[in-house]
Amino acid sequence: MTHITRAEVCVVAVAECFRGDGELLANPIGTIPMIGGRLARATFEPYLAMTDGEAMLVANDRAVVLPAERVIEYWNPYRSMFDWVWSGRRHVMMGASQVDRFGNQNLAAIGDYGRPTVQLLGYRGAPGNTINDPTSYWVPNHSPKVFVEKVDTVTGIGWDRAAALGPAGRFVDLRRVVSNLGVFDFETPDRSMRLRSVHPGVTVDDVVAATGFELTVPADVPESRPPTREELELIREVIDPEGAREREVPDPD
Amino acid sequence: MWGAAPPETRPLGHGMTDKLMTEDDVVGRLRSGMTIAIGGWASRRKPMSIVRAIVRSDLTDLTIVTHGGPDLGLLCAAGKVHRAIYAFVSLDSIPLEPHFRAARQSGAIEDEPLDEGLVHLGLQAAAWRLPFLPTRAGLGSDLLRDNPRLRTFTSPFGGGDGDGEELVAMPALELDAAICHLNRADRRGNAMFLGPDLYWDDLMLQAAPTGGRFISAERIVDTEDLAAEGCVHQLRISRMMVDGVVPAPGGAHFTSCDPDYPRDEAVQRAYAASARSPEAWAEFRSKWIDIPEAEYQRKVREAGEATVR
Repeated sequence: MTHITRAEVCVVAVAECFRGDGELLANPIGTIPMIGGRLARATFEPYLAMTDGEAMLVANDRAVVLPAERVIEYWNPYRSMFDWVWSGRRHVMMGASQVDRFGNQNLAAIGDYGRPTVQLLGYRGAPGNTINDPTSYWVPNHSPKVFVEKVDTVTGIGWDRAAALGPAGRFVDLRRVVSNLGVFDFETPDRSMRLRSVHPGVTVDDVVAATGFELTVPADVPESRPPTREELELIREVIDPEGAREREVPDPD
Repeated sequence: MWGAAPPETRPLGHGMTDKLMTEDDVVGRLRSGMTIAIGGWASRRKPMSIVRAIVRSDLTDLTIVTHGGPDLGLLCAAGKVHRAIYAFVSLDSIPLEPHFRAARQSGAIEDEPLDEGLVHLGLQAAAWRLPFLPTRAGLGSDLLRDNPRLRTFTSPFGGGDGDGEELVAMPALELDAAICHLNRADRRGNAMFLGPDLYWDDLMLQAAPTGGRFISAERIVDTEDLAAEGCVHQLRISRMMVDGVVPAPGGAHFTSCDPDYPRDEAVQRAYAASARSPEAWAEFRSKWIDIPEAEYQRKVREAGEATVR
């Protein structure tokens, strides 16, 4: 049996986030997210639309292609993104410098916002994304510094903030967090974060130790599913033949 | 009288003065304390030759509206910025903008954060002479804490799931000037982008008042040749949006200007590294900024030729 890497398990976990989405703009941001989104489309979600990372929607299975090799379906300049975002036709997977127990995300600054110790990217599109559309997160470096009790600045809103909004928060749909250690969802009575599965080779204790808040841990935590033979072939030969996934999440074995 | 149109005998644009000017002419029309929108996106198609001229000028206390890249970073490093209005600042291949970060972390600038969509609505509101435009973007996030100019209001309409729901009022981003770099332009201010995205250039120019709307362009062509430079759908800047046209081959350097040239990663790396110390910044500034634009472009060509050899 071939060895399946941690990155390949992450790719499948990302793909699973898009299961059931049908015909919408799947917008995974990052190396493994892009590969996972392509895998979902190449297998169980054939109607997903995806970008080339810039201004085109492309039909290619391969995650990174030369401009001339793109199969372009639509011209999608940045401004068009708001047509998808504000109409609820996009499922974004963003990164998070911090994410907390209710899925609030911070992309803007560490420390006091007025005079940050570390200035990051900014609010980017996170407030508009999370109030309007399905949102998932990707964290390639699971640690207590990222999974924090309270984020320093809320750029993307979590389930607690959404609940406080009443009807204005009715389009909030925070789905999952995928990290290099496991998969997390919010399927709890108070919509706080729950451990959904651990990746092969990771224990529940590993995850709890790397998480800076109290995580809901079911009595039985399954292992994240490995890729099928067909999926593995697609990942290795079609979608990411250069192995970019292995640079984002190096294999622990 | 009603027959076939006679051949064009009068020169195009008869009676119209051309709008050509230099970077320094643009600077001469700006004032300290102004609010200026800068086109492009991150480290892509930024009007860098005009930004460099602003750095060399005595302008100060500027409020900059931008999808931020090295335009904002350079102006921060040079102490020109009073306030930044932005959703993000990035150098693309270098994810975080070091000079902007230094300015934020030292408290040197005022900060007015927005969501990308709010930048769009604020410019659109200004262009349409509206006080604000409504949106959900921002609700529930700390943006309402960190940007006190944002207000919420209750929808005057009911009858749906969102009966009487709360919305964000994004105020018009009132500008004094807008500056963008395009691939092609004529002398009268019509201009064309040839890359994958116009970004917000047209909206920034439409949001700025008459007299304060400036573009630079890689190449100036005659009006009758402009449409043939690309696809007619890329002809998105009208002379009705533009007061000044700066001929600026290489004017976006070191940011990318697709398809005319890619980003100059080597110069961008040197720029980013110059945030490490005041000495490093002074050295970068004297090598790349405190020189005439023609010398800058000569250095770029020489460096390019050295790489090819």
